[in-house]
Amino acid sequence: MARAAQKTSSSNPSGKLPNTPTATKDELLSYYREMVLIRRFEERAGQLYGMGLIGGFCHLYIGQEAVAVGVQASVKQGHDKIITGYRDHGHMLAAGMDPKEVMAELTGRAGGSSKGKGGSMHMFDVPTGFYGGHGIVGAQVALGTGLAFAGKYRGDDSVAFIYFGDGAANQGQVYESFNMAQLWKLPAIYIIENNQYAMGTSIERSSSTTELSQRGASFGIPGETVDGMDVLAVKDAVERAVKRAREGAGPFILEVKTYRYRGHSMSDPAKYRTKEEVDEVKKTRDPIEHIRALLDAAKATEDEIKAIDNEIKAIVAEAVQFAQESPEPDPSELYTDVYVESAPVETVQ
Amino acid sequence: MTDILMPALSPTMEEGTLAKWHVKAGDTVKAGDVIAEIETDKATMEVEAVDEGEIAEILVAEGSENVKVNAVIARLAGENGATSSPPPGGRQAAQPPEEGKSEPAPNTPPSAASQPLPPRGGDLRDPEIPAGTAMVKTTIRDALRDAMAEEMRRDDAVFLIGEEVAQYQGAYKVSRELLQEFGDRRVVDTPITEHGFAGLGVGAAMAGLKPIVEFMTFNFAMQAIDHIINSAAKTLYMSGGQIRAPIVFRGPNGAASRVAAQHSQDYSSWYANVPGLKVVAPYDAADAKGLLKAAIRDPNPVVFLEHEMMYGLEFDVPEGDHVVPIGKAKVRREGTDVTITAHSRMVGFALQAADQLEAEGISCEVVDLRTLRPLDHETIVESVKKTSRLVSAEEGWGPMGIGAEVVARVIEHAFDYLDAPPLRVHQEDVPLPYAANLEVLSLPGTDKIIKAVKAVLA
Repeated sequence: MARAAQKTSSSNPSGKLPNTPTATKDELLSYYREMVLIRRFEERAGQLYGMGLIGGFCHLYIGQEAVAVGVQASVKQGHDKIITGYRDHGHMLAAGMDPKEVMAELTGRAGGSSKGKGGSMHMFDVPTGFYGGHGIVGAQVALGTGLAFAGKYRGDDSVAFIYFGDGAANQGQVYESFNMAQLWKLPAIYIIENNQYAMGTSIERSSSTTELSQRGASFGIPGETVDGMDVLAVKDAVERAVKRAREGAGPFILEVKTYRYRGHSMSDPAKYRTKEEVDEVKKTRDPIEHIRALLDAAKATEDEIKAIDNEIKAIVAEAVQFAQESPEPDPSELYTDVYVESAPVETVQ
Repeated sequence: MTDILMPALSPTMEEGTLAKWHVKAGDTVKAGDVIAEIETDKATMEVEAVDEGEIAEILVAEGSENVKVNAVIARLAGENGATSSPPPGGRQAAQPPEEGKSEPAPNTPPSAASQPLPPRGGDLRDPEIPAGTAMVKTTIRDALRDAMAEEMRRDDAVFLIGEEVAQYQGAYKVSRELLQEFGDRRVVDTPITEHGFAGLGVGAAMAGLKPIVEFMTFNFAMQAIDHIINSAAKTLYMSGGQIRAPIVFRGPNGAASRVAAQHSQDYSSWYANVPGLKVVAPYDAADAKGLLKAAIRDPNPVVFLEHEMMYGLEFDVPEGDHVVPIGKAKVRREGTDVTITAHSRMVGFALQAADQLEAEGISCEVVDLRTLRPLDHETIVESVKKTSRLVSAEEGWGPMGIGAEVVARVIEHAFDYLDAPPLRVHQEDVPLPYAANLEVLSLPGTDKIIKAVKAVLA
């Protein structure tokens, strides 16, 4: 999934100003593919939840696809590290995890990426550098700062990409982490996905200051606000932050303004925002419509786009089938993975 | 005439070195003048006069070592013949309390539960230690330091992180000289930010490093307990075995002396309740070293509970690469009439109780649990099958405690062998009080163990 994070001047699909981020048609097609994969995957996850095949909490990423895909363009796969909170399916798919394993984890099956023991909020994949999937709001920020610490300790030029939301941005440990990250110049990219609602509490009702990119100001951490519905804007901002982090300049905060179309989780009362507000974003700011326009400008053909749509449809259908056919974990798995190696598991009958 | 007494630098200090006198007999001093310097293995401080007057005589020469706290070191003749008594508690020199969360301000040495002595007679050799192994007298403080230093030399992925671990040399001097040997890449001073640095440590462990996270005390680890439990203990399971957290959380646990409820809790049963964690609580220096080395090498998160009141005690430690396996209790004294289980500092009290009871013809077997999770109940059960009576001793609260678990296991596995209901010795069910007399009443010690033993034998 690692992609060359290069800019070309030959293509300027949006026809915007010369300093507007650009991408080649192939890059655009690749981003489109990833974003559509996330959306179709999440739509099916929602359906499976409704059918009772997915239990517990399920937080869908629909509407926020441009963020994970725009960030991923700067990730050196297997070298850099990624960590996020509970709205994690999109990040996992963008990181390159197998959709079958992700979907089977949602259905709690043996073929799931955590053998069915983690569920929606707890998936991991070391080869792609994906370190979870964490259910405690804000915990991933301190953990991710530790991933960055490890990179610096080892002296490689790896970077930790640490996602959290506008809700987590009010957790105390976020600021404890900011302080240490700047103190020790850790290669940490903090990506605040501001989808404007912490569960049902709007940012205006929860935050004394709403410019989240400036939340590192008192620690001297620079920040930038980015349009999270524009994959190229995200990609461009991340590239700059990553470059300085790899050079040893320390952490950076990106506030990415985005929007979630679905409820906080599957049982959302939808009383805290209007349907009109949601429809307006879908109509005017949809990240997939945005990249479709960029593809049109880059002269991608309908056939090319159709081919991707069909490919994704097949991948998601295969994932759904796998997630339903994969068996439940064997009862013998109950007592595995509590400890590494053969540490005696206490039997208290 | 006023006595000038040897001051204590900390609640646990019992003696120190009178390093230097700044005055001589016949000198006139006024309150606040620095008159002497004293040192311990942990710290140095200046002694100030608290009265005006003339130094009448110096009783302890400069350079004297092992001067007991509260010994008279000089006499001061008050002006106009005025004399003043030393303040209650016997401290002559006023000492500034250390700031913030550093060691608690000095006070009288504990009159409470007296310091447990190293086991005398009847201490069984650890079967893990080959006969003939050379022994070195080492304090628990230095045994812990040696364990960390040896493991850091052995593996570059091991590093120490926490408050005051580097330049200050450790709030309790457990990390003394590690910064000098390993540098600030591997001995990392943190801000006062327990939640943050515990989470950072777990993240670094997930990325393959082997952090030793020092909490100045486990009381402060309550701010970090989410990462110890939710992040460190559960992630291996939640990831289906993919993500490890090879990390050690260590520091003093339990009551110190006269530091009141917020600085005096025993967290043994809290952590021992959680699958995914290993929990270790050594008694002597050999186990402190050997178990800490095992904890650092262990691929799982380990909570390593030390005891502030024990740091300065010396024990024999085997020379060389002494590693004690996690998960095995140790019979520290064999006996036939009653089994006493204990861990950490309570082992010393149990051994003292056994000594005293022996004089009354009662034979106690003392089982040092050493590891609380996984709990070696086989050793406990074997002992109870022999003695048919059980007293558990722990410093923490009784309800839902370690003793409750020990008793439950014994009832499950050796019910028919019991000749009397087991008894638990533990702290009184109150937040630990500050007042010296109430603190003594609250904490368990030798007397309470003796009483319980006699009760199960009645």
